[in-house]
Formats: sequence, structure tokens, C-alpha cells
Amino acid sequence: MRYPNSWNQVKRLSALIAFILAGASNAPAGDNDQKNLDEQIKGEERAVLTDAPNVPPAITRKNATKVIVHLEVKEVEGEISSGVRYVFWTFGGKVPGKFIRIREGDLVEFHLDNHPSSKMPHNIDLHAVTGPGGGAASSFTAPGHSSVFSFKALNPGLYIYHCATAPVAMHVANGMYGLILVEPKGGLPKVDYEYYVVQGDFYTKGKNGDKGLQPFSMVKAIDERPDYVVFNGSTSSLLEDRALPVKAGETVRLFIGNGGPNMTSSFHVIGEIFDRVWPEGNTNTVTENVATTMIPAGSAAIVDFKVNVPGNYVLVDHSLTRAFNKGALGMIKASGEENKLVYSGKISDEVFLPEGSGIRVADQKSAKAPVATSKVERVAAGRAVYAANCAACHQSNGEGIPHAFPPLAKADFLNADKLRAIKVVTGGLTGKVTVNGQEFNGVMPAWSLSDEDIANVLSYVYASWGNSGKEVTAQEVKANRVKVGAKGQVVE
Amino acid sequence: MKRVFADDHYLAQWPTNLSFAKGLAKSPVTSVSWFAAEAYCEWKGKSLPTTDQWEYAASESGKDAEKMKEKILAWYERPTKAKIPPVGSGSVNRFGIHDLFGLVWEWTLDFNGLIQSAEARESGSKDTNQFCGSGSLGALDPTDYASFMRYSFRNSLKANFTVASLGFRCAREAP
Repeated sequence: MRYPNSWNQVKRLSALIAFILAGASNAPAGDNDQKNLDEQIKGEERAVLTDAPNVPPAITRKNATKVIVHLEVKEVEGEISSGVRYVFWTFGGKVPGKFIRIREGDLVEFHLDNHPSSKMPHNIDLHAVTGPGGGAASSFTAPGHSSVFSFKALNPGLYIYHCATAPVAMHVANGMYGLILVEPKGGLPKVDYEYYVVQGDFYTKGKNGDKGLQPFSMVKAIDERPDYVVFNGSTSSLLEDRALPVKAGETVRLFIGNGGPNMTSSFHVIGEIFDRVWPEGNTNTVTENVATTMIPAGSAAIVDFKVNVPGNYVLVDHSLTRAFNKGALGMIKASGEENKLVYSGKISDEVFLPEGSGIRVADQKSAKAPVATSKVERVAAGRAVYAANCAACHQSNGEGIPHAFPPLAKADFLNADKLRAIKVVTGGLTGKVTVNGQEFNGVMPAWSLSDEDIANVLSYVYASWGNSGKEVTAQEVKANRVKVGAKGQVVE
Repeated sequence: MKRVFADDHYLAQWPTNLSFAKGLAKSPVTSVSWFAAEAYCEWKGKSLPTTDQWEYAASESGKDAEKMKEKILAWYERPTKAKIPPVGSGSVNRFGIHDLFGLVWEWTLDFNGLIQSAEARESGSKDTNQFCGSGSLGALDPTDYASFMRYSFRNSLKANFTVASLGFRCAREAP
């Protein structure tokens, strides 16, 4: 919406807002529920279920239908991190559970099948269900058995589902959660890619990184001290060859859930701004231009963004030790053409000289330095000054470093002008300079060395590495040095 | 396989009515219904232990109760192995009772007598909080996950159910 630019527009806008508010407040709560309850069921289909990070295809039909869902509970041993095994309890064999996609108004016939090898009974609480336990009360299932119940999808949105068998927190901590999307009539805006990611926190007997089969730690779970916080059940589920592929210039949607059981996620994708977010999975309210969105435990969000430039985009829980120490990292890999206008990449690396401290204050000697009485003494004393102040950049052999620090050995720029050399050392040098045919574009700071030291170091440089052998005296330095003011500015 | 008051998994590991794989001879019998288990015990002049009897026996967890709790929890959370270890291969407690944990779940006479609601979180409502197997807030020790799992398991059963990790033992009054 544009900002109004006249009072007439303000008036019209106010009237519109009043109308919208009145409309909203007049609709009794549950009005839409009733419409969805009344919507006639036509036909029957079996739900397409997918493992993360894949999402079933968008629903295109214009009517409500009967959808049959078969979800199989399996207890499986898997890898939570490199070399670290864990027994996951799953809806469908993986963490998170299968993605279920239905439409608002659909009638769902839900079969919860508990595999005969399960040690535990399980049930399911779908937050998309209206009624006691969200289905849990009707789906409590012993190993080797199957429960059936049905529900009508009254509210659109993206919802978590999870096991609710005692001890509930343990069933959830072992990975028993997934997402169900109740697509609104008319669907969601079209995007090029849809992916499915769920964060969860895990509690192991050993600490993060301890190898082998790690049992669940009840104590750490109760204390809310997770050893792992991960996306899609493992520290590496979305890394390297499992990174989510996209193309630059295309749009991506993440259905991002948080199974918990305990941690709230501060979900962020490094280097992206979500163009659209439906917070808490509420498909009726879209918000725009969000970088980090909060996802409560037992909730979800839908985020859309256009990837403008190629590269890697890292998914994190921005509670950062979870990302960088406990595993909450994933990656989107975007291929395609660079767009330097959107993002230039690194243009240059220059030495940063903060204002007021641009002068390198060389180590002050407490004792009065001896004064050289001959060129030989001057060159000998200059070697130490060079080693202490110059060699780090120009190197002890005077060769410098290509593209960064100009050479002093056989250097045309140096040999051409002795007085200029004094000015460079005392006043510094910034910007382009060509030495022996090579261009350099850097910064050399001004040096606060004494006239004697500068005379010595320059005489040493001129006497070394095939240079002209000129001598520089303290008097010449004094007469030609660049004066530097208290704030570091050059005073001519 | 003939089935009387039992579901389709009844003695699933037996190829015929009167035979089983040799390797199973020392392992506990599983995949039997409550009816079959109780009938067997009665034939031996005994009966299934009550839940109270079973829990009392199991409450004697040796010197290091915490460590035992951890061990129990670790066993409960692992899926059932295809071959169950032989009877007597597990731990023995100070009552001299073997294998209460580590081999199989066990039927009790009144397995469904403690009503934990199928909706495990519905705690504190007056019809369930008189039972220690009820929802988490009504329990005496809400941090004892292993007990929850046991009560939860029993509560998921019906008498004709059979489960690959569910066996039984018989009990009688001391003379």
C-alpha cells in the first residue's frame, strides 16, 4: 500500500479501514469452520506423503474430498551426527515424519500403523485436528496394530503433528513430529521450489560428539539442556551433497517446523530476507521483509524468498551456539549467473587507517640512539631499523609481495628520487603507484621515526639489493620530511 | 496357526501349530494373547501376577537405583530384536527374580486395570487421578519416564492383542 498524499485519500483510506475492521468484527469466531464443515465431499484419494526435504505437489482441485492417510510408526536406529548413533522414533521411518498435504474442507481418514517391531505404543496429535487430543485420544496404538479415525479440516494453515503417548516429551524428543499443511481454498502463491525442514532438539547420554549409540538422556531433557539442535534429524541432513538445490532468479518456499520438544527457534537464512512470511503457519496473514522469524516449539512457519544471486545460503537457528555448536545448520545452494548490482562480491581489500591514528608509532627507544659517523655505520644501523619497521611488508630481501607491497630491490621508483623517498617514509603513501612496471594500490602509513633512523634505514635500503647506493643524511631528512599534525593530517 | 481369542500376529514366529525354530527354545514365548498366557498359568496351577505384584517385584532395583533406571530406559527405547535372548540371561534382583527388564514386556493379570487415558496428557481429571498410571501430573514421580512407558504400554493393549516383544511369567501365593 502506498502512503496517502492528500487528505481526501486519507479519508477514503480511513473509511476503508473502518469497513474492513467492522467486517472482521462482525464475523463470529468459527464462521469459516462452519463453512468448511458444510462443504460437500466429492470423491476419494490416497494422500501423497513425502520425506523431508521434499513436499507433495500443490493441490489444484476446487472441491473438498475424502483423503486417506496411512502413516506408519517405526522405531529405527540412525545417525544424528558423524559417528553418533541414536534410536529415532518416527512417523514413516525418518525425522521429521512424512509431510501431509490436504485442502481446507477435506475429510481425512487417518490410519496410524504401529510397526510390529516397535517396542512402544504410539499415537498422534495433529494440530490441524479439532477435537480432544487432536486425534491422540483415538489413535493410541500397540505395536503391530493400526488405529483409524477421521477428521474434517476446518482451519487452513501449516501445523505440526506429534506423538502424545506418555512420556510425551520423550516421544517427541526421539523425533516423533512432522508437518501437515491444510492448504487454503485457492492455494498458496506459486513458487519455483518448495522444501520441508523441521528443527528438533535432542538429548543424549554422552555429550555432543561422543561416538557410538547414544541413549536418550531423561535428565538433560527435563533440564532443557540439548546436546544436539538439528534440522531434519541430523547435523548433516542439509549439508554438502544434501544441500537444497535452487537456481538464482527463482523463488523458494520453505515449510519450516519446530518439533522441539523444548527450544524455540529463531529461524534465519544467512544472506536472505524472506519476501513473505506466514508466521505460525497462519495462511490468512502474510507479513513481508522479515530476516529472522520466531518458530515456537510445536509450531511452524511458511517463508518465501527469491534467490537473486548464486551462492550458498545457510539455514540457522539464530540462537547461534545451537547453529555452530549443536548442529542447527543447513544449506541452500543456488546456481546461476552473478548479478553484480544486487551483490558485488568483494571489490577490494585495503588497509584500514582509523582517523587520528594514521601514524605508525615505532617503538620508542629510551636510551639516546648513537649518531652514525660514517656511511658504513649508517647502513649497519639502518639494517636494524628496516628489520623492525619495514621487513614485514617489503620483506627482508626487499622483494615485497606481488600485488600487495611494492619491491624495494632494484626499484625504479625508489632510485629515481631520494627526496621523494624521504617524503614517502615520513608522510606515508596512499593510492596507485607503479614500481618496476607493476601497479600497486595500497596504503603505506607515515612513520614517526627520528631523522637519524630514517636517514639510516634509507641509506641501508639504497646500499642493498642492487640499488643506487646513495647515502641519506639526517640533515636531508630534517629538511625534507613531511610534517604531520597532531591528528595525523599532513602539514605542508 | 489356530487362533483363539488372539489377533493375527499370534505366535507369528511359529511355522506350524506345534513347532518353532530351534534357536527359540530358551527364549521367552512372545506374541501370545492375555487369554493364552493366563490359560497356560492356570494349567500350571498359577496365574499371571497382578500389576501391583509385578511392580513390587520390579521396585527392588538393587544398590544403584538411578543407574538401574537409566538401564531400563535405554532398553525400553530400543526397537525389538528379531531374536530375543534366552531366559535367565538378564539381570537378577535381590528378590532373586530374573529378567524383569531387558528381555520382554510382560502381561499382568489386570493389565488394563490402571486407567491411563489414551490421551496421556489428560491428567488431573477426577476419574483418572486416583490411579498412579494416569496422566503425567497425577503421577507420584513425573520424572520416572520408565514407569510411564510401562503403564503406557500395558494401557495400549487389549486381551486378544499379541506383540512380538510381549511375553509373560506366572506367579502363585507363597505357601
